[in-house]
Amino acid sequence: MGRSSTTKDAQALFQSLRSAYVATPNNLKIIDLYILFALFTAVIQVGYMAVVGSFPFNSFLSGVLSCVGTAVLAVSLRIQVNKDNKEFKDLPPERAFADFVLCNLVLHLVIMNFLG
Amino acid sequence: MGAAKMEKSAADLLSSPGVSSLLKSMKLKTKQQELLIRVSVLGLVYVLAFITRLFSVLRYESMIHEFDPYFNYRVTQYLTQNGFYEFWNWFDYESWYPLGRIVGGTLYPGLMVTAAFIYWTLRFLRFAVHIREVCVLTAPFFAANTTVVAYFFGKELWDSGAGLVAAALIAICPGYISRSVAGSYDNEGVAIFALLLTFYLFVKAVNTGSLAWALGSALGYFYMVSAWGGYVFIINLIPLYVLVLLVIGRFSMRLYVAYNCMYVLGMLLAMQIRFVGFQHVQSGEHMAAMGVFFLMQVFYFLDWVKYMLNDPKKFHSFLRITVTSAVGLGAIALGVGTASGYISPWTGRFYSLLDPTYAKDHIPIIASVSEHQPTAWSSFMFDFHILLILFPAGLYFCFKRLSDATIFIVMYGLTSMYFAGVMVRLILVATPAVCLTSAIAVSATIKNLTQLVRAQGKSTPAGSGKGTTSTKASSKGSLDQSPPFQRNGAIALLVGALYLLSRYVIHCTWVTSEAYSSPSIVLAARGANGNRVIFDDYREAYFWLRQNTPPDAKVMSWWDYGYQITAMGNRTVIVDNNTWNNTHIATVGRAMSSYEDEAYEIMRSLDVDYVLVVFGGVTGYSSDDINKFLWMVRIGGGVFPVIKEPDYLVNGEYRVDKGAAPKMLNCLMYKLSYYRFGELTTEYGKPPGYDRARGVEIGNKDIKLEHLEEAFTTSNWIVRIYKVKPPNNRW
Repeated sequence: MGRSSTTKDAQALFQSLRSAYVATPNNLKIIDLYILFALFTAVIQVGYMAVVGSFPFNSFLSGVLSCVGTAVLAVSLRIQVNKDNKEFKDLPPERAFADFVLCNLVLHLVIMNFLG
Repeated sequence: MGAAKMEKSAADLLSSPGVSSLLKSMKLKTKQQELLIRVSVLGLVYVLAFITRLFSVLRYESMIHEFDPYFNYRVTQYLTQNGFYEFWNWFDYESWYPLGRIVGGTLYPGLMVTAAFIYWTLRFLRFAVHIREVCVLTAPFFAANTTVVAYFFGKELWDSGAGLVAAALIAICPGYISRSVAGSYDNEGVAIFALLLTFYLFVKAVNTGSLAWALGSALGYFYMVSAWGGYVFIINLIPLYVLVLLVIGRFSMRLYVAYNCMYVLGMLLAMQIRFVGFQHVQSGEHMAAMGVFFLMQVFYFLDWVKYMLNDPKKFHSFLRITVTSAVGLGAIALGVGTASGYISPWTGRFYSLLDPTYAKDHIPIIASVSEHQPTAWSSFMFDFHILLILFPAGLYFCFKRLSDATIFIVMYGLTSMYFAGVMVRLILVATPAVCLTSAIAVSATIKNLTQLVRAQGKSTPAGSGKGTTSTKASSKGSLDQSPPFQRNGAIALLVGALYLLSRYVIHCTWVTSEAYSSPSIVLAARGANGNRVIFDDYREAYFWLRQNTPPDAKVMSWWDYGYQITAMGNRTVIVDNNTWNNTHIATVGRAMSSYEDEAYEIMRSLDVDYVLVVFGGVTGYSSDDINKFLWMVRIGGGVFPVIKEPDYLVNGEYRVDKGAAPKMLNCLMYKLSYYRFGELTTEYGKPPGYDRARGVEIGNKDIKLEHLEEAFTTSNWIVRIYKVKPPNNRW
């Protein structure tokens, strides 16, 4: 009984989430897709590590951290360019994007060094 | 408005009321005046921070101090001579004989690279400096830079007045000076700068929510990791701060941006330092940061879903499903990680931080170092002086005006104060926090008082800051029933505050010149006529080693002198101050505490050619090997149960006179220290063989050496070097 109510709740939840998400602006949706892609790649790498082993540990770490870092930075960008966030009213989207690019640049330079 | 206040407090800081009137006559606008005063005060503080650390150069000479700095100096020399890649791959044959040491992978290279970089820059600009001068002046230079960071940090926390006071306080605070005088070329010198810079940039990132500041903070963290093992403090304090903000309901998007960017980039950058390596994902000390990172993702995700759903009931059901599964997964991951040994347990030094008695019971090699001892009350007073009283006042002001930034400084202050109480050397970490909080207290108090004085002073011309000042003061005045006394009281308090601050300056200068500026490699004492006597025995001995022993000779000494022997004597040592191999040190401890025959066997097996002991019986120098001897016994006995501490004690008492234990009187350390000492009269009216460091006549005056012979004893007997004889070639 409890279980079926949980699934029902989950279904209702899913429905309302989906309807709410449709209203999101397009640029944010693009960023979301990018984040999902990065996370998906990270999950694949972790799965691969679980199967094959983590021997060149630095390579594994740099691969996963590259994805996680990208995702986190993209989430930060998404927060900053979202018009609904009042905290970032003063921050122009161009500046946010420039910061994002700068951080990514540093991130991937380090990743390249670490890849081994 | 703020400018007038600022100007006042700055002028008070300088304690020269003439400055403001002088500037008024120069017909500058208030804003410009303020800027001018601010910049010039900061410039003066910068210079002051540098020159107050030069006492040791003036008293003695431009030289490297103490023990660890000699290793850093030697490595820096190697780096500048052989270039970066050679340095990175350096395998050092001259220490830890016969094991050697992979230097490039077992040190924090930040300090050496910084010094080498400064050296190369100066060379490029055609300044013909010697690398030693650069090394000697690195710490004062970074201390001066720290004052600038402290100014900006104070400005971010409170206002620019507090920033200036913070810069002034930290410039001369003895707690910081103790580790950053000229010549103390140690990791802490640059690390405190990096620590404060990281914190400042992080607070700035939290306040602005900008990725660029968070990136700056990550780079600061990288520098800190490259410079000092104390970075563990940062990687635990910042998650703790984030956690506290989450718990008290101050979660914000700015915090999310700042922490996540800083953590991911900082972790990745830190992994580039070989000595740190994968610790950020493997060791238990770093797991808190990772846990908070994941927690933050969950938190943000929930926040986002809540925002999307806009319906509390649905959100609750959502919460129930996700939180239970997330907590379960996290617990399983941590359990599996720890059980499978993937996440390493905490190191001893970290345990001894959380439980001050841990090291004493379990790890003698940590407990034997004097700077790892718990702090005495007096040394807090000595290192902080009035800041110790101002610190709680600053906390009060922080609580009164709570913001993300002040919460950070409160947490930094409280945690670092705890750690400072656990270990003497960690007073250093607490110093910036104490200075900043005290600066807030000083600045806020003085500002309030000057407002009172100004608001009621009829002679004072109405400044632009009059508006808020008078309303505030009058509201206070209505509460307080006696306005005339209030003004006098304010003036009295102001004078009192200035008196206290000037006492602080006097105390700091006195401490710096008396206590923290001695190189400890050259000893100074007052002679009978009050003249200064210099004992330069250490360098005499090391120079003798360099000149008179074969280049491949191996020198055995207690580990304290290892770095100095390799750096100054250029000879191979068995153990040194990098205490990475406890067994090896215990072997040396065992040799020192055995009878000569047994010790000879051990020394033969280690290929020892010379034995070096430090002896203070002639000069009364108390930190010599005989006083350290019980630690050798303890460390040796910890690995080799043959060595038992009670054998060297009489009724639990450590003595070297006639009543000493027989094993004590005949062990190698005793023999080498007191060899031929029985013939020497050290003090008028005392029998020969009177040990001035311990104030007793020694118990064994007729010492015969069988397998060793005296090779060299310095002019004041502080260092004695013995040669190990080859085995007899007939029975």
